[in-house]
Formats: sequence, C-alpha cells, structure tokens
Amino acid sequence: MDLLGTLQTLWETSGFYLAASDWRQIVMILVGCLLLYLGIVKKFEPLLLVGIAFGTLLTNLPGGGLYHPELWDGVIAHTKSYNDVLLEGGLLDILYIGVKAGVYPSLIFMGVGAMTDFGPLLANPKSLLLGAAAQLGVYMAFILAVVLGFTGPQAASIGIIGGADGPTAIFLTTKLAPELLGAIAIAAYSYMALIPLIQPPIMRALTTKEEREAKMEQLRTVTKTEKIVFPIVVAVFVILLLPSTAPLIGCLMLGNLMRECGVVDRLSDTVQNALMNIVTIFLSVSVGATTVADRFLTWNTLKIVVLGLLAFCFSTAGGLILGKIMYKVTGGKINPLIGSAGVSAVPMAARVSQVEGQKANPANFLLMHAMGPNVAGVIGSAIAAGFLLAVFGG
Amino acid sequence: MDLTNISVGVSLAYSVLGFAIVFFGLILLMIVIGIMARVMKAGQNKAAAPAPAPAAAPAPAAAPAPKAKAPGTAGEIMLHTVSDRDAAMIMAIVAHKMNRPLNELRFKSIKEVK
Repeated sequence: MDLLGTLQTLWETSGFYLAASDWRQIVMILVGCLLLYLGIVKKFEPLLLVGIAFGTLLTNLPGGGLYHPELWDGVIAHTKSYNDVLLEGGLLDILYIGVKAGVYPSLIFMGVGAMTDFGPLLANPKSLLLGAAAQLGVYMAFILAVVLGFTGPQAASIGIIGGADGPTAIFLTTKLAPELLGAIAIAAYSYMALIPLIQPPIMRALTTKEEREAKMEQLRTVTKTEKIVFPIVVAVFVILLLPSTAPLIGCLMLGNLMRECGVVDRLSDTVQNALMNIVTIFLSVSVGATTVADRFLTWNTLKIVVLGLLAFCFSTAGGLILGKIMYKVTGGKINPLIGSAGVSAVPMAARVSQVEGQKANPANFLLMHAMGPNVAGVIGSAIAAGFLLAVFGG
Repeated sequence: MDLTNISVGVSLAYSVLGFAIVFFGLILLMIVIGIMARVMKAGQNKAAAPAPAPAAAPAPAAAPAPKAKAPGTAGEIMLHTVSDRDAAMIMAIVAHKMNRPLNELRFKSIKEVK
C-alpha cells in the first residue's frame, strides 16, 4: 500500500493545492467575503446580496465543480443543450437553467406585482411620465458603454442597470450578454442599496428650496374595480406594444391581479411569500455562481461598476428634470422631488423623496405621491428592456 | 445591419428611439387610465343618482316621520347610550378587524346592549 502516494493524490486534488495555482480565485473568495460583509453588516439588499456573495464563494472554491462556465459557453454556441447541463453540470449549473431560461426574473416580477399597490399611480396617472423620464440613465449608460468599446448587446445590458430593477437587469443580461451577468447583477443590487446615498445630493443640486417645499394635494380614492381592471389593461396594451416585454409585464400584472381581485388570496399569499423566497434563493446563488475568477476579474467589470453608477445618477436627474418641468407647468402643484422615485427600486426611492421633502418642509408628506412614479418606473424599465431585447436579441 | 459593433451615432439614434418608445408606451397607459377613471366615475354618479319617479304613480302614503335622534348622535350615526369616545373606539376596532379603511365603512347606529 502506497500511503505516501495516496496522501500526495489527496493533496493534489484538494482545493488548497488547486487554489495556489490561480491567485484570482483567492481574490474572488475575498470579494465574496466582502459582499457577505456588505449584505450582513451593512444590510445592502441582504435578501439578494447574501445569496449572490455565497454563490461567488462557492463557485470560486477550486475543485467543487458546482458551476462550469465552459458548459454554458457550449449552450450559447448551440453545441450543448440543457440536457447536457443536467447530465454534466453541477448543482449551480442546474439552478442556473432557471436564470438562463428567464424563469426566475419573471417569477420575481410576479411576486413584485403581488406586493405592489398601483393605487397611487391610478390616482395620479401623470406620474407615469416621471417613470418614463427616469429611464434616461438606461440610454445614457448605453451610449457611454458603446463609447468604452462594449458591443451593442453588452452596452444594452449595462444600460439597463439604470432602470434600477434587479430582475429586469438579470433578465436582459441573460439574453444579451450572459458573460457580464455577475458584474451587472452585483452593480445593480449594490447601487439599489446605495440609493439613499446616491440620490439626495443630486436632488438637492437640481432643485431649489422653494421647489422642495412644495406641498401636494391629497390623492383621490381609487375604486376596487379600477385596481382590478388596471393589470389586465396594462398587460394587454404593453404586450401589444412590445411583445418582448411579455414575460416580465405578464408576470408582474398577473401577480398584481391576484392581489387585487380578492378571490385568490391563497395564491397571492404564496406568490408574495413562499414562491418569492424560494426563487430569490435560487436566483441569487446561481447569479453569484457566474462570477468565476477568470471572467470576473477584468477591466470590463470595473467599467461596468462606473457605468452603473452613472446610469443611476442620470436616471435620478431625468426624473427630477421632468419633475421640475411639471412643477412649472402645474403652478407648483407637483413637487419635483417625486421625480427621482421614477428609477424603480421600490420602495427605497420613494422613501428618499419623502425624507428629502420632509427635510425641506416638515409638513410635507410625499411618500404616497412618490409611490406613483416609483411603480411607473417598474413598468418603464420593463418597456426599456423590451425595446433593447427587440433590437439586440435578434 | 451588424448590431454587435455599433458606432456612437447608431447608439445615439437607438437611445432616442428607445426613450421615445418608453414615453409613448407610458403616455398611452396614462390616457387609458384617465379614460378608465372617467368611466368608473360616470358609473358611480349614475348609481348614486335617484331613480325618477313613475309619471302616473299614485300618490304615496304619508311618509313615516323621521326617527328622533338620540342624544350624542353626530352626522349620520345614531348613538344610543354610547359616548363619543366609546363610539370612536368601536368604529376603529371594527375597521381594524375587517381590515378595511374607516372611510370605506358606513355606521348607521351604535347601541349598547344591556
């Protein structure tokens, strides 16, 4: 019995030995730990970031064989199929099928729909304009990404970070530039968590004290019937306008209909809680798994981080600028601060509008007014993603 | 057209088009929501309007005299041996238990059962 040989084989197949051969994996393990710190200690979107960070950790531990990027290269090149992934892949490869097929982001959207009250939007339909204006960052980041040398599909995926909507960003990137998924998802969720830090300086810079002090009238009461008809109307109109939005808008509105119709409370409850939680686990861990060292540690990742921040800033500015125009046009009836809530990131961006509004005028209650543009932003970013998918998805 | 390597000019053109489509889609929705709200409002007004009396209907019998309001009664609510404070608490509890906003409920009278 060759005891020494056995020990040597054990050592050579251990992760410690394999890690020594590629320093980048050690760096990625540290990145995973940093993301875990941000998620757990700093509470940056912990529901997603903890899963993404742990996925990063798992995929970069050498020898684990949980995720095989080369297998997915084959799927993209049509030399491999999902069947091959099931036969040859690891646990995270199998979970990643749900991301690649666009199942998880759509199911998350169903949960978002079931948790969202579109009442403020129905009470003040003008807020849809603010939701549209706040997509400015999507297109600005898209142009800047092209300037920095990214391909069209890659630039489109980077641009959608400006929509401030994680599932939409993951959905579009998986279709157009799966090689950038890890970096884009991390950038999108990190900046969403940083909205209370990113937006206020821009809000104060672009508005006057008088504008921030503007009080808004109480919203009208929305009837139950309106709330039930709304998701049906949105699904029909938006999907007819841009059929590529069907998975996202369809699921968002189905979830909302379940919430509002009042006859499927059990389903609504499941979508909002159990389903949402299960899909969040699968989505976050499998997205984290795509941050494989040799593909993640590139200059492109740094560029995406910078472009993502710019996208958020431009989107905030877009909403605020239209808010200022509406303030002028309506004779001060609309507080421009609610414009910044058009960047989606429900309800964080609306809360920031409320906080800034109250700082300017303690009698100001902008939260419900800001929820209108906030949920309009969700629909707006889905339309923006649908457009980019229709153009670059071939 | 090769959409993989696009020029800055082409990206600018796509951006303008994409931004316009987002606005178009959401303005369309705004119009639809506006129409929907008007239809609902018209329906509500119609339901709230009193039905016209038949032309040749016989004169109705004398209407019953309105019930005398109990002391402490406010607005539409008839309070019978219940203080304002207790009535407010009862209404708040009922709204909470029914999970409905108070302004969606209509209380006719509150009476203490002894």
